[in-house]
Amino acid sequence: MLKLATTLKTALRALRRNPMRSALTTLGIIIGIAAVISMVQIGEGSSAAIKQTIENMGANTLIVFPGQAVSAGVSFGGGSAVTLTSQDAAAVARDCPSVLAAAPQVNGRMQLVRGSQNWVPQFIAGTSPAYFTIRDWPVVEGRAFNNSDVLGVNQVCDLGQTVVKELFPSGKPIGKTILVQNVPLKVIGVLAKKGANMMGMDQDDILVLPWTTLKFRISANALQNQNQSTAAASTTTTDQLYPETAQNLYPVPSTTEQTDTPQPVSFPNINSILVAVPSTSQIPQAIAEITALLRQRHHLQPGQPDDFNIRNMAEISSALGSTSRMMTNLLTGVALISLLVGGVGIMNIMLVSVTERTREIGLRMAVGAKPRDILSQFILEAIVLCLFGGALGILTGQALSSGVQHLLHWPIELSMPAMIASVAVSAAVGLIFGYYPAWKASRLDPIDALRYE
Amino acid sequence: MNLITVENIVKTYHLGSSDVQVLKGVSMAIQTGEMVALMGASGSGKTTLMNILGCLDRPTSGRYILDGEEISRMSANQRASVRNTKIGFVFQNFNLLARTTALDNVLLPTTYAENGLTTKALHERAKALLDRVGLGDRMHHEPSQLSGGQQQRVAIARSLVNNPRLVLADEPTGNLDSHTSEDVLQSFEKLNREEGITILLVTHDPTVASHAQRIIHIRDGLIEAGAFAAPPATTAVGAAPAPDATTGKKR
Repeated sequence: MLKLATTLKTALRALRRNPMRSALTTLGIIIGIAAVISMVQIGEGSSAAIKQTIENMGANTLIVFPGQAVSAGVSFGGGSAVTLTSQDAAAVARDCPSVLAAAPQVNGRMQLVRGSQNWVPQFIAGTSPAYFTIRDWPVVEGRAFNNSDVLGVNQVCDLGQTVVKELFPSGKPIGKTILVQNVPLKVIGVLAKKGANMMGMDQDDILVLPWTTLKFRISANALQNQNQSTAAASTTTTDQLYPETAQNLYPVPSTTEQTDTPQPVSFPNINSILVAVPSTSQIPQAIAEITALLRQRHHLQPGQPDDFNIRNMAEISSALGSTSRMMTNLLTGVALISLLVGGVGIMNIMLVSVTERTREIGLRMAVGAKPRDILSQFILEAIVLCLFGGALGILTGQALSSGVQHLLHWPIELSMPAMIASVAVSAAVGLIFGYYPAWKASRLDPIDALRYE
Repeated sequence: MNLITVENIVKTYHLGSSDVQVLKGVSMAIQTGEMVALMGASGSGKTTLMNILGCLDRPTSGRYILDGEEISRMSANQRASVRNTKIGFVFQNFNLLARTTALDNVLLPTTYAENGLTTKALHERAKALLDRVGLGDRMHHEPSQLSGGQQQRVAIARSLVNNPRLVLADEPTGNLDSHTSEDVLQSFEKLNREEGITILLVTHDPTVASHAQRIIHIRDGLIEAGAFAAPPATTAVGAAPAPDATTGKKR
């Protein structure tokens, strides 16, 4: 230890004796490390920005659909089973560690009426407040509905930009009321503009409301309308609007008949569960957890097939994966090349230095330096140069990337691992590229070295 | 008591296919406290013998015993520590580290010593040595700020810093004018007389050699004269006869 300290002191003194040469040698490493640091920071910034964009497109979301209903061998298609409940959604959010949030979804396609305007939006989503988090969709005006709106089955809704444009040509929708299937809904918020999704569908053409409201206040109505067997028991739209002119299209059932006819049951089922996962890499884990949880909740025996399907955005997430992989590889390549150049520079100057200092080496050997001492002195000199260069390089790189951020407004991301790695790498570069010259120095014959001119 | 005993040393260099025998069986001895000059023309094998005596090289055959240790069988690392602890070198071209103060130059050999002295003690010793060679006021000067004679005196101080048994001076005055040479040689004589340090001057200059008590002449790889000290003068061990001999020869 003491020996090392002495050698280090000797190495430092030797470097100080020729400050110009030391500075030039270090310059290679400074440039190398600065390039690595700024490249990595700018690159990671861009990478994170790209990742953010892709994830916003839904790469980190999963959708759980109910399975198919089969009656007498006739399949009703995926999503026809009535098995998913809002409790399932709550359980997924609560019990799956890899799940960030989960929201139930009830869909519909209905006409919206506001005064003389009417519009049928592309999407009507009955859901919970988690929906806004999952879709990363802020409310720009007013507020999003909250959990008490869901529990209270409140008649409130948030509108997408397109719906606002269609129903409120003059703007200012907040506080106004719209009608959905004759159910009045109060507009409490307007969503930010999102544009078209990957399929080219206008995502802003949406009405978002508490799922309970859609399910129990609006759809329950529609369900009854669609049910042929109870058509007679229900009233038509015209009946509701003009009760005086009600006409019975079908014979009025007797009390016995009414009692015998089962009332349509309004199942509290939901159409799907929208799930957010912290990162795309956790998707397989999340799928496994959700599958296990839902199988248990639906009391499925080991042999039975799942009564639900989980879909992910495989295409998007693979695009994301390959993008970030490519980014990383590119940066690693750049880093390696610049450090290699710096390392060769170090080796070059150290070799020159060994030749130039042959007499000094001879003298040191004559007064008792062993080959080992010479070797460690020169290696230490190289490492000190590299570490010094590394430290300056980090500062320079930091300044460079801050400058880029400031002037070009590119996103940057501070990278601690890159800093640690580049210090380690610069020490390693010093060791590797300093070894050969040092070894050469240690192999000198003191007799020849002393006489070297 | 012999500090150096050399028995039948042969040194052969291989130059391509032919072998050149530079030393052809040299035997000699130097006693502790002696000041001896090794003289010879160039090509006589003088430098080769000096390299072997300085533990920088190994003989092809024969025995070399320094201070009771057989050097001829030692490894390079062992010889390095012998050079560090037992031999002080003074070179013709001084070989001081450039852009390094006189004090740090003197301290250089201590870097490789394992004597357990503290940095402070080493500094004290280096300063004392610089004082002794008359450079106490120049210890923070760099070689470029010192004259040739001063540089050589720094080199002498450096050769002494590890308390060596032997100081080996290779043409120490070769790069100095006659007046400065005289100064440097007197420093050697003073060291020999007052400290009893054994000194071997390697030179081709008879004026320099005349400062020594004994001159070993080497020619064509063999010692011509002066290989051993005269028996009567060495009845008593030590430097007792040395001052008389030196002063007697001086002027």
